[in-house]
Amino acid sequence: MSGATPLLELRDVKKYFPAGGARMPWVAPRWVKAVDGVNLSIHAGETVGLVGESGCGKTTTTRLILRLERPTQGQVLFEGRDVFALKGRDLQRYRQSVQAVFQDPYSSLNPRMRIGDIIGEPLEAQGGLSRQTIKAKVGDALSLVGLRPANATRFPHEFSGGQRQRIAIARAIATSARLIVLDEPVSALDVSIRAQIMTLLEDLQRQLGVSFLFIGHDLATVIHISQRIAVMYLGNIVEEASADVLSATPMHPYTRALFAAALPPDPFEAPITAMVEGGVPTALAPPSGCHFHPRCPYAMARCSTEAPELLPVDGRAIACHLYSECLSVPSS
Amino acid sequence: MSTLLHVTDLRTTYVTHGGGRPVAAVDGVSFDLERGECLGLVGESGSGKTTTCLSIVGLLPAAARIDGGSIEFDGQQLVGRSAEELSEIRGRQIAMILQDPMASLNPLLTIYDQVAEPAYYHRGARGTGLRRHVLDLLRAVRIPSPEVRMAEYPHQMSGGMRQRVVGAIALSAGPQLIIADEPTTNLDVTIQAQYLNLLKDLQRRTGVSLLFVTHNLGIVAHMCDRVAVMYAGQIVEQGPVRDLFQTPRHPYTQALLRSIPKLGSREPLYAIPGQPPDLAELPGGCAFHPRCPRALETCASEAPPETAIAARHLARCWLLNP
Repeated sequence: MSGATPLLELRDVKKYFPAGGARMPWVAPRWVKAVDGVNLSIHAGETVGLVGESGCGKTTTTRLILRLERPTQGQVLFEGRDVFALKGRDLQRYRQSVQAVFQDPYSSLNPRMRIGDIIGEPLEAQGGLSRQTIKAKVGDALSLVGLRPANATRFPHEFSGGQRQRIAIARAIATSARLIVLDEPVSALDVSIRAQIMTLLEDLQRQLGVSFLFIGHDLATVIHISQRIAVMYLGNIVEEASADVLSATPMHPYTRALFAAALPPDPFEAPITAMVEGGVPTALAPPSGCHFHPRCPYAMARCSTEAPELLPVDGRAIACHLYSECLSVPSS
Repeated sequence: MSTLLHVTDLRTTYVTHGGGRPVAAVDGVSFDLERGECLGLVGESGSGKTTTCLSIVGLLPAAARIDGGSIEFDGQQLVGRSAEELSEIRGRQIAMILQDPMASLNPLLTIYDQVAEPAYYHRGARGTGLRRHVLDLLRAVRIPSPEVRMAEYPHQMSGGMRQRVVGAIALSAGPQLIIADEPTTNLDVTIQAQYLNLLKDLQRRTGVSLLFVTHNLGIVAHMCDRVAVMYAGQIVEQGPVRDLFQTPRHPYTQALLRSIPKLGSREPLYAIPGQPPDLAELPGGCAFHPRCPRALETCASEAPPETAIAARHLARCWLLNP
């Protein structure tokens, strides 16, 4: 798969936001480095998981892909073409090809629109489609997500949380999207409904060959659905590997901390170990060197001065001085 | 161990808009909580977890009332007590930790004022004694440099620190029971792990009983001694954590455990069909029968009784009553 042009590629993408307060010309501006040099590629039919805690830059990354933000530096490429250079028909085609499903299906669906209009809107924006075609496509999309096409005339409030999330997914697939960005799509749902939506997403991928970028904070969920995982911390990807490799041997100390903090539903497992203390520092003043060093149990002198690069190690990529020095796993 | 909280056949109903039939949010719930024990109350939204807790502390909204059953706390009956009596018990002996620390802290008062309040009213602590008490509590919940932080306001703290302050307030009057209602839902995973460890440690040191409400079975597995699984206002299964996770007997518990992704397992998830029922239109018989893969004919017509499976392991299911 790695030989082909990826469907979507982020090349050294950075997004800095100016920090709040009045900007005086004689005061050096302060920046929040929400995304600070991210490289990521998603291939056709693949699910890439993006894990990290709040403030790590997951959501900004998705907003850059959706063209809701312009990168400060770097490129977002779709099928090899710079997304921010697209114009006219090409841009419209990109917008149809990349869709999103958000966390809260109560706020992502307009309560005053009928389901058919919600799902049909991206098709209408496409232009040139007859009412009949749109209606048929809406019906198809509803059937694909397991709802009856007759539901098109109803309003969002008539549906439960799980059904609403199905409607949001129907809207995303209606335009024959190639990539769907799923930003915490099951976090707001009840436990028994989560498995339904996860299974639906897996089925849709098999049927339609669509790619997913799955954002989440629950490690087990993200690993379950993804083929590849990227772990983010304060604007950087700190580790990237296939889901199987990562779950077998997490290597970056932060990934390990995430695994240690995950709570498997098994009372016979070892007790919870909070491997790291404290919280994620503010992105306004991230620690020098490796951003994780103040919380890292393995930190060395070098970590506070020199930022590690994301380097390939044993079939994965990892940004940690422990591994750039000696290519072995420290025993925990 | 002796029983601290003894809830029997609790029924709490909500009056609905438009004068419809009252809805039973809690429908015949019975459980015990021992001193120093942690009981997990698990269920999906609308299953009656929170209403059960609010019934115990007497903080039900105006539209709800306890229709039957008894709540015995430390030998005293709580059902039917006046608001004043309940307020006394609530402050001194039962404390609550809620989901959103920002909403449960007063933004206009310093951390010191808020942690000091329960001890001032319920323990009669004053002056330097009170100050020492507050400092001890902030140290116990591992707030760094407590002398400085106690003069600060909630907005100056991170989410994890705020939830620790809420924990300190809960401990302030020296309660026998802490009810924690989804206390870590808004926290990041590494912060959640720290907070849960802290709670467990505090529980061991103070011997306080913990009623832990959550929808996260992972938290239950690590925090609780026993667990009660709620569905549509009833406890469908309860038992020691290890028994219940190893040999779940109710089809809902079994399905729930199979529907959660597990690290290191690629097995397809089991998706429970349908959705949790509307309490106003509960199916007849066992409320779970329309979603149950093993439903019998009886399940649609008659509600199953609670059956003892092993020591302290109970479930409500016709499959266990041949």
